[in-house]
Amino acid sequence: MLLADARALCPDLAAVPADPVGDLAALEKLALWAQRWGPWSALDPPDGLLVDVTGAAHLFGGEARLLADVVAAFAQRGLMARGALAPTAGAAWALAHYGRRAAILAPDDNPLRALGDLPVAALRLDDDVLTVLRRLGIKQLGELAGVSGASDDPGQEAAARDALRRRFRNHRSPAANPLLRLDQLLGRVPEPLLPVIARPMPMVQRRLLEPLRHRAPLDQVMADLAADMVRALEARGEGARRLELALWRVDGAVVQRRIELAAATREASHIIRLFAARLDDVEAGFGIEMMQLRASWSEPLGLSQTDLDAAAEDHGTALAACIDRLTVRLGAKAVTRPVPRASHIPERAAGWQPPLDPVPALQEPFAFHTRPLKLLDRAEPIAVLYASPDGVPQRFRWRGEVREVTRVEGPERIAPEWWREKSTARLRDYYRIEDAAGRRYWIYRQGIVGDGRGGIPDWFLQGLYA
Amino acid sequence: MPSPSFKPSPARVLPRSPAEQRWRPGLTGQPFHSEIFASAAEASGAGLALALVRDALQSADQGADAAAAGDTRQVLWVQDRKAMQLGGRPCVAGLPPDLRHRLIHVAAATPEDALFALEEGLKCRDLACVIGEIAGNPRALSFTASRRLSLTAERHGVRLWLVRLDAAPDLSSARMRWQVRAAPSLLPRWNPAAPGTASWHAELFRARAHAPGEWMLYDDTGTLRICPEPEIERAAAPYPVHLARPTVGRSLAARARA
Repeated sequence: MLLADARALCPDLAAVPADPVGDLAALEKLALWAQRWGPWSALDPPDGLLVDVTGAAHLFGGEARLLADVVAAFAQRGLMARGALAPTAGAAWALAHYGRRAAILAPDDNPLRALGDLPVAALRLDDDVLTVLRRLGIKQLGELAGVSGASDDPGQEAAARDALRRRFRNHRSPAANPLLRLDQLLGRVPEPLLPVIARPMPMVQRRLLEPLRHRAPLDQVMADLAADMVRALEARGEGARRLELALWRVDGAVVQRRIELAAATREASHIIRLFAARLDDVEAGFGIEMMQLRASWSEPLGLSQTDLDAAAEDHGTALAACIDRLTVRLGAKAVTRPVPRASHIPERAAGWQPPLDPVPALQEPFAFHTRPLKLLDRAEPIAVLYASPDGVPQRFRWRGEVREVTRVEGPERIAPEWWREKSTARLRDYYRIEDAAGRRYWIYRQGIVGDGRGGIPDWFLQGLYA
Repeated sequence: MPSPSFKPSPARVLPRSPAEQRWRPGLTGQPFHSEIFASAAEASGAGLALALVRDALQSADQGADAAAAGDTRQVLWVQDRKAMQLGGRPCVAGLPPDLRHRLIHVAAATPEDALFALEEGLKCRDLACVIGEIAGNPRALSFTASRRLSLTAERHGVRLWLVRLDAAPDLSSARMRWQVRAAPSLLPRWNPAAPGTASWHAELFRARAHAPGEWMLYDDTGTLRICPEPEIERAAAPYPVHLARPTVGRSLAARARA
């Protein structure tokens, strides 16, 4: 059903855009949080969690109390949860989705008897397999188990099992093979699951005996923190791309400073130098009593041989360090690399990206297009004298000076992309011109007389040739 | 405590090449800090700076001749806000093809920030060279600031071309100072009515090693050249017809027999 149709049926419908990636990230966080009930948890996207509570239930006073605790903890967070406990992941999934509330399957229960009246969808099967099973007349788990053979006669059981295996012999994946799923549910076949493992970000902090009120001790603590951080990063074989410094003041306020680095680094002096520029405007107030440095974004960085030649070490900085210093003082938007973009409109054909990012592959520009060395940020209007309105100008005035046009090449018509602008947008006719003094410009006429999209077209100067 | 070893001023450790009185393109051992004065209403300052960059990189490559092809070092181009308003930003499609993929642009808000960026760029060993564009005569760009730039450039061996837009040539410690303006371009090969290869009228009005002089320069796909005289220029449009030598005086048969 379309959203418009649904709104027509129910006008006060609340619509929220779907965010699958955000949901998955939230589920990952929830899986880590759920490790409070067991040492090991796994995701079951889009909306499930599996926690291994083997040998942990007695800590919560029994399995029933553990399940009650789970439901209460989720309810406290504003989430509605259905919990179930079973010896295998498949059985627990089936009970949680299709069983009664807070169902517990004890290890010595017969799983087929307890789960026999659940629908076959409790086997975590694909939709097309469910359709096949429905057409075969198998609706409940017990019926499938009967086919697969839980009866007393071993010969009949083997025959039924063989029939089911032959029916689905081409289906290798567990989600498409009911027999495999059933065996997983009964614990006859192992089911490997991918656990979620928390990876804490490198964090170092110093609690200070005496609140800091001056810059010199602040720099000293900063140097200590940077050295600790370098050690923490080195132990993980990583380098920091983003560092966050938090300063807790005595009055409870927290001052945050954040730097981003152009390349992964693990160099204490570089980190200290970058933060020194950002600590100038910190208000200490009654003093700073705790400092914390976190590397919220880190990348793998191998150990490298230090330069044995001392002269090479103090001779200049590396490119990444240079860009970091520029970025910290001038801002991230100020240091960029011009890259071509797929567009014909000149102002859209040039993009700016962070300088050390990889340049996206793009078609080479045409060799017969002669583009100016410099483009003005905004095309500047010029007053033009021409012999005919659709021809080249003979003279123009730009920035208060009249220039005589001596040589011209053009026009080159550049149209905007049809999917970005309306069909009534005026097209541009570009001319390369040279004036009497030899200055070369790139000018254009916005539209042409008689195109039915406006009056007399305006002229603009957009680029300067070398 | 060990006695501090004598450290000569970095300004003097440059190898002093035998003074060539007259400047010409392709000289090696060019100074590390040059200034180019140009009008903001034309891009000839940046054009000549890029031509000089390519000239210097090429002559340095001929000296080393090993890393001639694989020079992937970046070029830092620093502009202050006024220079960007007056002269625009570099356009990636219009840059020379060998510099197109290795340009890092720094948009500085004030001349002080631009000078900081220039100095940090000069300290970086991974840069091929640094180009600066500063408009006017800001107070920050004093003789002391230019001396700082000269010393940093000479100490770290990174070349700096500082384009001064609409500026008066005040005190500066730049080793070469150029005044440039656009000149009528060379006649293109096919369409005489169209603008051709850019050429500049460059005046070297102050240099340590060279006598002052004026040249008409143009960039011939990476090589800086001096323009031929105008009347020769008309005739020198390279048509493929001229590839065959004229048989003057003697017949082809006589040539074949000889």
